[in-house]
Amino acid sequence: MLRATLKSLLARKVRLLLSGLAVVLGVMFVSGAFVLTDTLGRSFDAVFADAYEGIDVNVAGKPKVALSEMQGEPVPTTVPAATVQRVDAVAGVAEATGVVTTDGAQLIGSNGKVVTSFGPPQLGSNWQGESDLVKLREGRAPGADDEIVVNAALAQAGKVKVGDRVGVQTPLAPKQTFTLVGVFGYSGDRDSIGGVNEIAFTTPVAQRLLLGERDVFTNITVRAADGVSDTRLRDDVARTLGDGFEVKTGAQLSADASASLKEGLSFFNKILLGFAAVALLVGTFLILNTFSIIVAQRTRELALMRAIGASGRQIIGSVVLEAVAIGLIASVLGLGAGIGIGALLAYVFGNLAGGLTLAGIGVPASAVIGSFAVGLVITVVAALLPALRAARIPPIAAMQDVANPDRPLTRVTVTGGVITGIGAVLLFLGLSGTAGGSTLAVILGGVLFAFIGVALLTPLISRPVVSLLGAIFAWSVPGKLGRLNSGRNPRRTAITAAALMVGIALVTGVTVILDSAKGSIGALARDNIKAELVISGASAGPRPASFDPAVLEKAAALPGVQLADGEYGDMGMVDGKVTWLAASSDVTALQRIFGAKATAGDISRLGPDQMLFSSDTAKSRNVSVGSTVTVQASRGEPRTYTVSGIYESSELTSPVQLPPQAVKDFAIPKPNQGFIQLAPGARVADVQPQLETLLADSPEVSVADRDAFVAQQTGSLDSLLTMIQILLALAIVIAVLGIVNTLALSVLERTRELGLLRAIGLRRAQTMRMITVEAVVISIFGALLGIVVGVGLGAAVVRALKDEGITDLILPWGQMGLFLLLAAIIGVVAAVLPAVRAARINVLGAIAHD
Amino acid sequence: MTATVGRHSQAAARANDVWKVYGTGEAQVAALRGVSAEFERGRFTAIMGPSGSGKSTLMHCLAGLDSVSKGTVQIGDTTVTGLGDSGLTKLRRDKVGFIFQQFNLLPTLTAQENILLPMSIAGRKPDPAWYDTVIDTVGLRDRLGHRPSQLSGGQQQRVACARALVARPEVIFADEPTGNLDSRSGAEVLNFLRNSVREHGQTIVMVTHDPTAAAYADRVVFLADGQIVSELIEPTADTVLDTMKKLDTPVEVAG
Repeated sequence: MLRATLKSLLARKVRLLLSGLAVVLGVMFVSGAFVLTDTLGRSFDAVFADAYEGIDVNVAGKPKVALSEMQGEPVPTTVPAATVQRVDAVAGVAEATGVVTTDGAQLIGSNGKVVTSFGPPQLGSNWQGESDLVKLREGRAPGADDEIVVNAALAQAGKVKVGDRVGVQTPLAPKQTFTLVGVFGYSGDRDSIGGVNEIAFTTPVAQRLLLGERDVFTNITVRAADGVSDTRLRDDVARTLGDGFEVKTGAQLSADASASLKEGLSFFNKILLGFAAVALLVGTFLILNTFSIIVAQRTRELALMRAIGASGRQIIGSVVLEAVAIGLIASVLGLGAGIGIGALLAYVFGNLAGGLTLAGIGVPASAVIGSFAVGLVITVVAALLPALRAARIPPIAAMQDVANPDRPLTRVTVTGGVITGIGAVLLFLGLSGTAGGSTLAVILGGVLFAFIGVALLTPLISRPVVSLLGAIFAWSVPGKLGRLNSGRNPRRTAITAAALMVGIALVTGVTVILDSAKGSIGALARDNIKAELVISGASAGPRPASFDPAVLEKAAALPGVQLADGEYGDMGMVDGKVTWLAASSDVTALQRIFGAKATAGDISRLGPDQMLFSSDTAKSRNVSVGSTVTVQASRGEPRTYTVSGIYESSELTSPVQLPPQAVKDFAIPKPNQGFIQLAPGARVADVQPQLETLLADSPEVSVADRDAFVAQQTGSLDSLLTMIQILLALAIVIAVLGIVNTLALSVLERTRELGLLRAIGLRRAQTMRMITVEAVVISIFGALLGIVVGVGLGAAVVRALKDEGITDLILPWGQMGLFLLLAAIIGVVAAVLPAVRAARINVLGAIAHD
Repeated sequence: MTATVGRHSQAAARANDVWKVYGTGEAQVAALRGVSAEFERGRFTAIMGPSGSGKSTLMHCLAGLDSVSKGTVQIGDTTVTGLGDSGLTKLRRDKVGFIFQQFNLLPTLTAQENILLPMSIAGRKPDPAWYDTVIDTVGLRDRLGHRPSQLSGGQQQRVACARALVARPEVIFADEPTGNLDSRSGAEVLNFLRNSVREHGQTIVMVTHDPTAAAYADRVVFLADGQIVSELIEPTADTVLDTMKKLDTPVEVAG
């Protein structure tokens, strides 16, 4: 008897740990996220501190267009060369150096392709000679205008060596060829600092290619004379130069640079925490279920405790204590796993970023506190309901046969209905945009409420749906028994299925949204862009791909080409407001390719001082034909334009349209996309190869027909979808654990019954089939629920995004079918262990009365 | 020898020098010590004995639920000893019926489905005439659509009896079938078991510690300390009780 008790206790421990695993995974995400961001954050700090070590004070210009991080990449600012002498003259300055350094200088590797970056800048600079930081490894410094040197990591990535003729392109200039005369490294024998690559030119070439102006620098670095403090020197320099300059100490510079990267990291952190939340939500269902089953199994024991004088509070205490123990163990394990995962991710990230030297792996207090708080709170909260139920067991139950009466579902259904309603209202508020600043929080809250509400409604739905689903398996006796078992305890089935629902619903919802977006974009492009060929490319860095504008003129001259239009864009300001500026090399493309209609004025031609507005922008800015507006592009001086026409707004038109002359002041004065309209009768297959030849020196872009272009445009959505699906797969894995757990507990609970079935002749294989059917029914039920809820959520979001151009609701039938199939497989897999266990039940042990 | 073979063919179940030993070494406990017994076809045999005498173990070994340490067990012409799991499953499916103290019905199935379960597991159809006879004998016709939770204990046990009978097994093993019933329901079930033997030639082996229940049997076999110590033919409650009293006195057993 004692042995049996010990055995069942041990069995329960295993089960509790199994459900604790869900918490472990959730906690792992939480602590992993904190460890990762902490480690990377400190690594970035170190990198920048290092890179700016030789700078005591830095002088830079002020940006022409003030952009936030979300609005676009900052455009390099400039200071006139004469400023260097002015700074040099300030007392306390030991040395002032004019520096050109901008992001976006791309080396074309020996394979003819641009060397890409996953994030770290691709710097172009003027060669300032060797320093404490920079050391030439081989070759010499660039002396002539067609000579460059690159850092060792870049030389390796591009497979180029000293003496090679190599191609370089910058945001301002198309591909040009240089001789690589030297390769340099950094102090400490590093090939790169934090994955940053660098191409150094002679100063005049750097100014021309990177800044587009003569005699300007991006910044001036200052070394202080001995005994002069950085901050005092900064203030002195700032006072001497007056307004229009940003003067910072090296430490400030490093902190600012690091902070802006950390902002990106915190975004990453939030994503990881989001997935932790999903994992923990699913885990909550799991723990709730496990404790409910355990309490039900221990009814007699708990009643006995009540009968011999234990108070309800003591019963709650004992259950909660168990939860605390599991929560603690799960938190510790999760924290450990999280540190491991965080370190691994940091390592992967560091490598991906091109060899970021990691500072030591750090475990911030936030990771530890977060892990324990989340692990404990989730476990205890989930165990609370079963604990309360345990406390309500009357002492008389000890004397009665253990019966699991079906409690009426009214209360749980009403609660579920109310919570689902709250979720729906929150979603409506969030999606209709009336929630203001807290939109995201309201939407997420709505989703959470919707999930919990539906989970509570699930027991009610489970009866008809499960019996319907089970009908498929009713042809065999084990199938029928399995079906009946899955319908036996609606709450248990429901919560198990609900855990699977969460993951499937999120995946389905995201798929619906992204598929709809893809479909809408595709339909828009196919129906409304009257161009047979499109020149475009995926960007190799933070800036969009661009190509040599000369290609357009040559393309227009090709036989069969009716219209060759290049589209330029820049984030600038119109009358002081940040606005996306667009320009076409051929203004008639607006009507002939994009089908724009004039609502006022003339939109078919555009003088150098004229510009067009879209009807929406004209309305919101209170502009009409004849108004004059001031436009500031990324570079150059502000210019005044007269509004000569207004076109009807559509998804394809930009807010404002500037004349082609304006693009010289754009951050990238090269076209990002080209649209080629063919003459009637001309064939795509004839023109495309000729265009490809013209684009030989524009390695970033390629020419595609319309379908390929649509595929290219939506390709990023596909990879986004895959990424989200992979992360959400974790939630599904946890749900599988849930099914395993529920089944294992059910098998344990029904030992006697299984023994009986075996005694009256059920074969082992039949027993296993019975358990498998039960699992498959539960998992398909969960998947069905998930698909329905996911389609609902997705459809709501798609509807809310109608004005953003997502006009078509596309349901991914194929995917949904796949999910159902996946659910069936999940069911089979989840059933394996419990089924084997059930089949191994000792018949005698199961039925012999004790 | 010839006689043994002849009697063998008459036996629905037979134990030959069956030993059942639990544990090893010092802790070794012999539950059965060389039990040889035959249970004739068409007879109702009760196995009695004080608790710990090995009566349940004997039944479990006979039914192939438990393995024997030494000796052999046969059901009909099948040697149970040495059968693997699938062989045992087939044996249970085709030749053996069970009635338990705890009724052991599947709560998800109706009475009728429970009764027919062994047949459907084996993929066989019941003989309709026999099925009707069984249902009428147990008197459950108006309860067939009910779930076990909607039936009284006596009714549940009658369902269990019907389940054992409907497949017409070689032998039915009943383990304290009245242990959980009041005396009236118990009497109903026992009458019903006796009738199925008398009228339909069913073989039943029943383990009980209740002399009144044992009195329904044609023959009572008494076990003590893992050995058969006595036997009664055509027992009455009184003769059974007397024999039991004797068994309780160690001197008598030794004698």
